[in-house]
Amino acid sequence: MIKFDDVSKRYPGGHEALSHIDFHLERGELAFLTGHSGAGKSTLLKLIMHMELASSGQVIVNGQNLNKLKRRQVPFYRRNIGLVFQDHQLLFDRTVYDNVALPLMIAGYDPREAARRVRAALDKVGLLHKENQNPIALSSGEQQRVGIARAVVNKPPLLLADEPTGNLDPELSAEIMELFKQFSGVGVTVLIASHDLSLISRLEHRMLVLEHGRLQSTMRNAS
Amino acid sequence: MTRAAAKKTKPAGSQTRSNTPSAFSTLFTQHQEIAIDSLLRLLLEPLASLLTWTVIAIALALPLTLILLLQNLQQVGNGIDQVSNISLFMVPAATTGSIDETVKDISLRADVAEVSVITPEQALAEFEQNSGFGEVLQGLETNPLPAVILVTPALTSQTEVQALQNELAENPNVEYAQLDLAWLQRLNAIVELAARMTTLLAVMLGVGVILVIGNTVRLAIENRRAEIVVTKLVGGTDAYVSRPFLYTGLWYGAGGGLLALLLINLIMFGLQGPIARLAGVYDSNFGLIGLGISNSVLVFVFAGLLGWFGAWISVLRHLRAIEPR
Repeated sequence: MIKFDDVSKRYPGGHEALSHIDFHLERGELAFLTGHSGAGKSTLLKLIMHMELASSGQVIVNGQNLNKLKRRQVPFYRRNIGLVFQDHQLLFDRTVYDNVALPLMIAGYDPREAARRVRAALDKVGLLHKENQNPIALSSGEQQRVGIARAVVNKPPLLLADEPTGNLDPELSAEIMELFKQFSGVGVTVLIASHDLSLISRLEHRMLVLEHGRLQSTMRNAS
Repeated sequence: MTRAAAKKTKPAGSQTRSNTPSAFSTLFTQHQEIAIDSLLRLLLEPLASLLTWTVIAIALALPLTLILLLQNLQQVGNGIDQVSNISLFMVPAATTGSIDETVKDISLRADVAEVSVITPEQALAEFEQNSGFGEVLQGLETNPLPAVILVTPALTSQTEVQALQNELAENPNVEYAQLDLAWLQRLNAIVELAARMTTLLAVMLGVGVILVIGNTVRLAIENRRAEIVVTKLVGGTDAYVSRPFLYTGLWYGAGGGLLALLLINLIMFGLQGPIARLAGVYDSNFGLIGLGISNSVLVFVFAGLLGWFGAWISVLRHLRAIEPR
C-alpha cells in the first residue's frame, strides 16, 4: 500500500529531513511511525500526502508513483487518504455534521448518500447525537473523534494520523487507538505518527522508528 | 464495532462516486448551495458589503450616466436641424444696390424670419482678424470676398428649408446658397470627443471595479485560509476551492450593478425637471431618455461578469499560493 524506495528529502538550505528511507506497508496493516520530534515523522507523512515531494527515491502509494502525479491529479489522489491531524483542523463556522460531510461534498456525493455515510461515521466514533453542534462546543477528545469521522467518512483505503493523541489524556488516547485498530481490522491501511511510546509499546503492532531522518528499525512488537 | 458492521464497511473501501441522481444534477445542486452560501456571507456583513457595492455602483454609474447624457445630446442634434440658416454668397459683380434690393425681396417673404448682410468689407475685416492672413490679404489688389446674405428661415421642416435654399439660389445675384450647419458639426465634434473621453473613463473605472473586487476577494480568501487548506487536504480540486470566491465576486458585481442602476435612475430623475424647463425655453418638447429595460438588464449582467472576472484574477493569484504545508 505504501512503499518507500530509497527516499531522501532535503529542504532548501540543505537540511536533510529524511535520508535513504526504505519500507513497505501492506494493505490493511497498522503501523506506528515514531521518533523524537524533528526526526522526520511529519516530513514522511507530508511525502505520502503529496504536500512535499521526495528529493530522491520513489514514494509509491496505492500503486501510484507520487513523483509522477500531475498537479491536477493531486486532489483525486488525496481522496483516497483519510488524514487525522494533531489539532484536528475542524472548521468552526459549521456544524459537526458539515465538518464530517466536507470530503463527500468535495467528491460530489448525492446528498442523501452523503447523509447516510456521515451518520454512519459519526455513529462509529460515538458522536451521532452531537451532529448539529458546533465543534467548538465539544471537548478535545470529541473534537479529535470528529476529525477521525471526517477522515474515514469516504472510506479511504489509507488512513494517516499525525500525533492523533498529542493533546489527549491516556484514557482518551487509548480510545482513539482502539478506533484505529478497528479500521485496520476492516482492511484500511493505518499509519500513525506518534512519540507517545508508553501508549505504542502496549499495542502489538509494527513500528517504524525514525532517528535524525534515518529509519532505525521496522521492528514488529511481539504478538 | 461488531463483526457484522465491519463486513458492511469493507466492500465500500473501494471508493466510488454515488450513482443515484446524475453527477450533473449533484453538481448543479452544489453550485446552487455555494452561490446561496456566498451571498449569505456577504449579507452577514451588511455594512462592509454595502460599502463595496456602493464603490462599484459609483464606478459603474458615472460613465454610464455620461454615456446616457451624450446619447441624449446626439438626439438633440438630430432633432434641431430645421433651424439651419442659409448663407447666400453673392456674385462678385453684385452692386450694393442690387444686394439691398435682394435683401428687401427676401425679407418680404413669409417663410423667412430674419435677414442680415455681411458686406465684402466686413467679411474681409473679419477674415483678417481671425485667419492670421492679414498681411497676405493686404497684398491683394481687390477684395476677393463676396457679400453674404444670412437668411434665417421661418420654417419647421428640413425639406422646406432645402426648397427655400434652391429657390433663393435661382436669384441671378446669388452665386451659391449654403445651408449653415457649422454649429451642428461643432456640436457633433464635441459630442464625439466627449464620447471618446467617456469611453476611456469607463475603461479606467471598469479596471478599478475589477481591482476593488479582486482585492475584496483576496481578503475573503485570507479569512478562509484554514478552510482552504483543509479542503485541499481532503481532496478539493482548484475548481472546487475557487467556486465560493467566484460567486462572491459575481455577487459583488451584480449587487454593484443593481445599485448603479438605482443611482442612474435617480440622476435621470433629478435632471428631468431642469431639462424640461430648459427645453421649454427653446420651445422644444425634448425630454431625457432613460436606460430602458433591456439596457438595464445588460448593465446588471455585465456588472456581474465584471465581478466574476475580478474574483477570477484574485483567485488565480492568491488561491494557488495557499497550499497545505
